[in-house]
Amino acid sequence: MKADPRGVLTGVHFLDGDHACCEGALAAGARFAAGYPITPSTEVVERFAARVPTVGGTFIQMEDELAASITLQGAVWGGAKAFTVTSGPGFSLMMEHIGYAAMTETPCVFVDVQRGGPSTGLPTLPAQADMMQARWGSHGDYEIIALCPNSPQECFDLTIKAFNLAEEFRVPVMFMMDEVVGHMTEKVVIPPADQIEVVPRRHTRKPLGEYLPYQTNGDMVPEIAHAGEGYKFHITGLTHDERGYPNMTPQVQDKLVRRLQNKIRNAADRIALYEEENLQDAEVVVVSYGITSRVAQRAIEMARAKKLPVGKLRLITAWPFPETKIRELSAYVKAFVVPELNLGQMVHEVERAAAGKARTFAVPHAGGSVHHPEDILKAIVEASR
Amino acid sequence: MVERCKACGFCVEFCPTKVLALSSAFNSKGYHPPHVVNPEKCSGCDLCGMYCPDFAIYGYKLPNAAPQKGVPDEG
Amino acid sequence: MSDFTNPVEPFLRTDRMPHIWCPGCGIGTTVNCFARALIESKIDLESLALVSGIGCTGRVAGYVKLDSFHTTHGRAIPFATGLKLANPKLNVVVYSGDGDLSAIGGNHLIHAARRNIDLKVICVNNLIYAMTGGQTAPTTPSHAITSTSPYGSCEPAFNLPHLVEAAGAVYVARWTTFHVRQLARSIAEAFNKKGFSFIEVISPCPTLFQRRNKLGDGLDTMKYYKEKSKVKHGAPTSEVGMTMTGEIIVGKFVDRDRPDYQTMARAQLAESLGDRFVEQAEMVCS
Repeated sequence: MKADPRGVLTGVHFLDGDHACCEGALAAGARFAAGYPITPSTEVVERFAARVPTVGGTFIQMEDELAASITLQGAVWGGAKAFTVTSGPGFSLMMEHIGYAAMTETPCVFVDVQRGGPSTGLPTLPAQADMMQARWGSHGDYEIIALCPNSPQECFDLTIKAFNLAEEFRVPVMFMMDEVVGHMTEKVVIPPADQIEVVPRRHTRKPLGEYLPYQTNGDMVPEIAHAGEGYKFHITGLTHDERGYPNMTPQVQDKLVRRLQNKIRNAADRIALYEEENLQDAEVVVVSYGITSRVAQRAIEMARAKKLPVGKLRLITAWPFPETKIRELSAYVKAFVVPELNLGQMVHEVERAAAGKARTFAVPHAGGSVHHPEDILKAIVEASR
Repeated sequence: MVERCKACGFCVEFCPTKVLALSSAFNSKGYHPPHVVNPEKCSGCDLCGMYCPDFAIYGYKLPNAAPQKGVPDEG
Repeated sequence: MSDFTNPVEPFLRTDRMPHIWCPGCGIGTTVNCFARALIESKIDLESLALVSGIGCTGRVAGYVKLDSFHTTHGRAIPFATGLKLANPKLNVVVYSGDGDLSAIGGNHLIHAARRNIDLKVICVNNLIYAMTGGQTAPTTPSHAITSTSPYGSCEPAFNLPHLVEAAGAVYVARWTTFHVRQLARSIAEAFNKKGFSFIEVISPCPTLFQRRNKLGDGLDTMKYYKEKSKVKHGAPTSEVGMTMTGEIIVGKFVDRDRPDYQTMARAQLAESLGDRFVEQAEMVCS
């Protein structure tokens, strides 16, 4: 369906990534956010707090991130599209409810504007060191989707995508920004509402009495009902059967957890988004994401000027990891170069998918600034040998 | 309903007219559910029903008849 | 079966009975009172949502035939906050235990009371963490033996009515599971009240609290409640703290009016934004 025009600020704007993310959420139909202040992410909800009362909706600043990350889920079951926004220390607190959203299949979006860690770390400076936390941070087996924008325009476009994926798969979607992308200001084009595709909630049409909250059909994603509609359904974070009732048997656990995993894994190739350049003749492929992809772009141009056969693969979905693409490439390329603002996270996934068929070179950086293109270039040169 | 009983004794103790006593019979979980010993005294006040933590007993007033406790039928 | 059914029956997921609560536990008794309050207040059950946290009382959500949410430990109140704000037509009840609401969820409890979110909170206080095996709770009376205070607890206990009154609740009452009619009436009263209502129900945990402290079984505890409870409506909440075996002050302590969160939010936004303010439409994103 098309976006509700009330939330769409159609036009050409000069926005930072945080503000563009907020506009993306509004365009996607988000009418509820719960937040807790934390640098460098707060601008997203500051703008939402100013904007949402003019389009009909609610922002509430909660007492902490534990509260914010579950308040938004209450709002989802009340019928809203909802999200929260945070950075590393708050993201750590939200892990509990990423697990709850995964288990209860609550469609929602968690925005993490990454800064340097661990702990309080570098509140005002960038990092990309929450990538594994986004995937594995809550306990137990589960799957999420994570997107990595590299510009304010993408902060707008991909926030809509994040909400759409959340609704399609009934899964929490991690929107993995970083401080630089969040605070850089660029041109952002917001199209008219009738050009924005919005995925509606998978709301049940079953009559009362026939609806089971976790009954699935072929596609493994159940239909949802909202509180107050008469279905009198039960939702729990305990292992549950199709009725939503707790069931502590290994059989029900196996069925449920495998479905939570496979509804994403089986669709991984369909979900995968990436940008590629010059991969046909590449011997070395630079794999990057977020702000680092823009530094990598410069390094790739420098390398190609030296006639090095370098290609670019920019990850837009980090999770599920686009391993099919890496596997295809590793059949004919010599090496992958993986710069990221951490001491090695997504590089492990590249290495795993390459499975020894191509070498993998990490270009680690502890965060606080972006890479120097020369450092990436150096790795490209080494990988080309 | 008798199968839900866990023999806590709340209904027996707090029945204002002392209609009930724990029986010597067992339910399938091994508890002694209450039985009616003074049916004529039941006022149908349903205090037993409000106390029963296991939703296993209740009282009601029959129209034009003596009040009844809802426990003794074994259903 | 006669035409007369147990009044609680229509409110239960009977396919989940018998429940997991121990013999002599009072939680089921509070559910009876809740059901009677629903009948008395003639509340529309389709508009009613019940939210629980984790623990023995947290299991209430799984047993009531309502839209019911069993959330994470301590977070029933913020979940309920989101539910209520997204759909203000819902009547939202939070039904949880003392440890869940006042320890891990303590921050949410005081802030929801401060904001005066329109929630009805039923706090079953059994003075202990029961589901996990009887550990010290913030409500455990000083000197009580628990599995994590094997030599007696040295900590003072929270006086929950005092806490929530100070934080801003508009309705505060305490009953024990002996006071079934009063409790049902209090719950019904809270339904007619807009704002943050808090009803504490002192309840036996014979398996873990009473047994370890040699206080008998559930029935002995009920007799203690009957004997040692004093009804004092309007009692200053600063004076209703509890001890191991002392007097229990019960009654309706606070009943006051102040605008609830959504009323305040709407007024503030309408005043500041004027014509630009857009009322929240019904959230149907399907």
